[in-house]
Amino acid sequence: MAQLDSKIPEGDLKDKWTNYKEHQHLVNPANKRKIDIIVVGTGLAGASAAASLAEMGFKVKAFCYQDSPRRAHSIAAQGGINAAKNYPNDGDSVYRLFYDTIKGGDYRAREANVYRLAEVSNLIIDQCVAQGVPFAREYGGLLANRSFGGALVSRTFYARGQTGQQLLLGAYSALSRQIGLGNVEMHSRTEMMDLVMVDGRCRGIVTRDLLTGEIKSHFAHCVILATGGYGNVFFLSTNAMGSNGSAAMKAYRKGAYFANPCMVQIHPTCIPQHGNYQSKLTLMSESLRNDGRIWVPKKKEDAEKLQKGLITANDIPDEDRDFYLERRYPAFGNLVPRDVASRAAKERCDAGFGVNNTGLAVFLDFKYAIQRLGKDVIEQRYGNLFQMYQKITNDNPYETPMMIYPAIHYTMGGLWVDYELSTSIPGLFAAGEANFSDHGANRLGASALMQGLADGYFVLPYTVQEYLADQFNVPRMNPAEHEEFKKAEQDVKDWIDKLMNVKGKESVDSIHKRLGHIMWENVGMGRTKESLETAIKEIKELREEFWKNVFIPGSKDGLNVELEKANRVADFLELGELIARDALHREESCGGHFRLEHQTEEGEAKRDDEHFMYVGAWEYKGYNQDPELHKEDLNYQYIKVQQRNYKAGK
Amino acid sequence: MAEGHKSLNLTLRVWRQANRQAKGEFKVYNVKDISTEASFLEMMDILNEQLINEQVPEGPVAFDHDCREGICGMCSLFINGRAHGPDDDITTCQLHMRKFNDGDTITIEPWRSGGFPIIKDLMVDRTAYDKIMQAGGFVSVSTGGVPDANAIPISKVIADEAMDAAACIGCGACAATCKNGSAMLFVSAKVSQLALLPQGKVEAAKRAKAMVKKMDELGFGNCTNTGACELECPKSVSISHIARLNREFLKANIKD
Repeated sequence: MAQLDSKIPEGDLKDKWTNYKEHQHLVNPANKRKIDIIVVGTGLAGASAAASLAEMGFKVKAFCYQDSPRRAHSIAAQGGINAAKNYPNDGDSVYRLFYDTIKGGDYRAREANVYRLAEVSNLIIDQCVAQGVPFAREYGGLLANRSFGGALVSRTFYARGQTGQQLLLGAYSALSRQIGLGNVEMHSRTEMMDLVMVDGRCRGIVTRDLLTGEIKSHFAHCVILATGGYGNVFFLSTNAMGSNGSAAMKAYRKGAYFANPCMVQIHPTCIPQHGNYQSKLTLMSESLRNDGRIWVPKKKEDAEKLQKGLITANDIPDEDRDFYLERRYPAFGNLVPRDVASRAAKERCDAGFGVNNTGLAVFLDFKYAIQRLGKDVIEQRYGNLFQMYQKITNDNPYETPMMIYPAIHYTMGGLWVDYELSTSIPGLFAAGEANFSDHGANRLGASALMQGLADGYFVLPYTVQEYLADQFNVPRMNPAEHEEFKKAEQDVKDWIDKLMNVKGKESVDSIHKRLGHIMWENVGMGRTKESLETAIKEIKELREEFWKNVFIPGSKDGLNVELEKANRVADFLELGELIARDALHREESCGGHFRLEHQTEEGEAKRDDEHFMYVGAWEYKGYNQDPELHKEDLNYQYIKVQQRNYKAGK
Repeated sequence: MAEGHKSLNLTLRVWRQANRQAKGEFKVYNVKDISTEASFLEMMDILNEQLINEQVPEGPVAFDHDCREGICGMCSLFINGRAHGPDDDITTCQLHMRKFNDGDTITIEPWRSGGFPIIKDLMVDRTAYDKIMQAGGFVSVSTGGVPDANAIPISKVIADEAMDAAACIGCGACAATCKNGSAMLFVSAKVSQLALLPQGKVEAAKRAKAMVKKMDELGFGNCTNTGACELECPKSVSISHIARLNREFLKANIKD
């Protein structure tokens, strides 16, 4: 078990990033034109990286599976983006944002990375405003802020309930400008199928054109994966239907370490599941917890009546309502971090207090906020979210409380990266949700947008340049003639033939649903040694079954959606096992990883800092072989490690 | 939520077309026991699962979709003659089956517009919208070196109006609905958003001219103010933005 080198720069925490930038190597403008960079994924991290690197003069090739880079799932982020501007004068600072993020992550994130994130957060807001992102404003014309879970200050900038959309369209506009100028070659409806390695470095990728089925390889001096998270391993999640873990898994099989795969975030405010034909879950923004109060009945008989549809929420008087978050966590109330809120909802529902026909829902009630602020203010703040809720459920949240339940939302785990966002493969970088770096065991609300854009606009343009400083002399390789490229293409073709040739009987979705069920039941909100061992065994069996019995109609040439899905599910079937293994080895509870064996008497997560204060990074050892664990110890020098406490104000 | 739940048996007339060049036709399929709680695309998933299990020669129906929460703009179906189906202010993925009755026949077609060639079945090529954006749908600033976010105060009313325009998801319903196949609502949403804000005002006229030129080049029709686009826009983008686009476009041409 080797220790990993995170390459954290010398100096005081506050000076590390400045020192890095001041002493790094640069590439001169004439040489930048000789260097190719591939960016896979065009969400916040990918689009911002591709645009910024192209602006600097590098030749960029960008890839996405959607029909346009504007559709990446960052677009669905609703609530906002954090920054330490301290415009509201409520005591915020770079240090406080850093502190909240580390604490929110339950002390499992790397100090230096998180500090840098907090440091560049302010630049992001400046950049987005300059691009014309229409953030919410006060009547005086200055930017508005709101509060979010896990923080005692208002540091979240927002554009109605569509912040992700507006930030992504900002990055997309910058990317579009560079495409128009000929500095970025854009490949949409194209899926990355593998990496190309030459002499131990990543030198390109193999892709499949989703419309023609053509397999092609592309050279670059370095490759950036900004391919998002792997929440869809659970089948039902708030991710887009196409979101997948395949790029990360292909990199993992080529030697990139996969860090903390078990750190998965379950978001407390999603619309509850309504049937087994359901294809995805819909998130209701965490910002709703600013004004909505979460409750279940105090009396079990009321809950039972709700479950049978005999009464509605409005029949239950205030004194019979259990505002369990306010009761358990008086200091943070409804604004506790996501992992805490999710577990508390599960605890109430498991105890029989669920409020819908499945017993798996709690109320999120705006009655009190409407009484306090008026309907108009609530409509202004959350109108589009209320509309979305009503369209999906046919209930009017202005009149009856919303029903919510936790769902898989975000993956803190991802490809292991060092301070420079380089994976363990030289020349391969990972950014945004695809890497593991900043959120530890739990991500705070409004921090994903911040991290994606930080990585793309303000970190990679520096660190990638450091890597490339001695690469301008490497001549561009011709994939059509290069042995390694030809071999990588052939491997992909063989993989596709293998999938097509199974010719079994069960559809890809059907197998994916079964995987999701194993994951949710055994690797979900409450994990045990037993459930994880069950999961590992059942996933292995399901994987064997997949390779014997999956049915993919049509041919490998041309558009074949079932083949696309089969490729992704084949990877999920290995990733699911890796998640369970990581969860099994981590004999503690922290953030989103909750082991029922490790909890306090009050039911809170019980960390084991003595044995587990490290990043667990897994090295692939072959199909059906046990992966090898590598550790990166986390040393907290600038923050006092303590048990997270959202109960007391001091 | 489940109290009003019912089951529907439906007849679907679905446009099937193997590729851009092939001749398309409607095929009729029956689906049973569809819950009124299901979304329209979940109904399509059920249909596809059925077609896969039956191993029909034409295979499952190809259609675009991704986020399934009404924001990515990828889903794009003409349902019973309306873009995004028989409900207002939503995308196809937000349409739910409670809008239909047991025994209904539902006709499902792709976007039909000169600017959006059919790829397969219900899937169309909307890269034209990307090309229009590349022609000018941005503020020409690069990363870094920009002023503090609060350096320019912007009135809340203006910021809100810019946000109304910026809500466009680029789905293409406007051009698909327009009898002229015009993309003016899409183009105007971006031109208007950026012309309203001081950051974007600097190059507003130039932007309008470049984007309109590209739109014309790509074969989209002219706007005759029928207002159909506004009605079918899932994000309620107003045609008042077209008026602002026209002003900016006129300014640019007067300057020339």
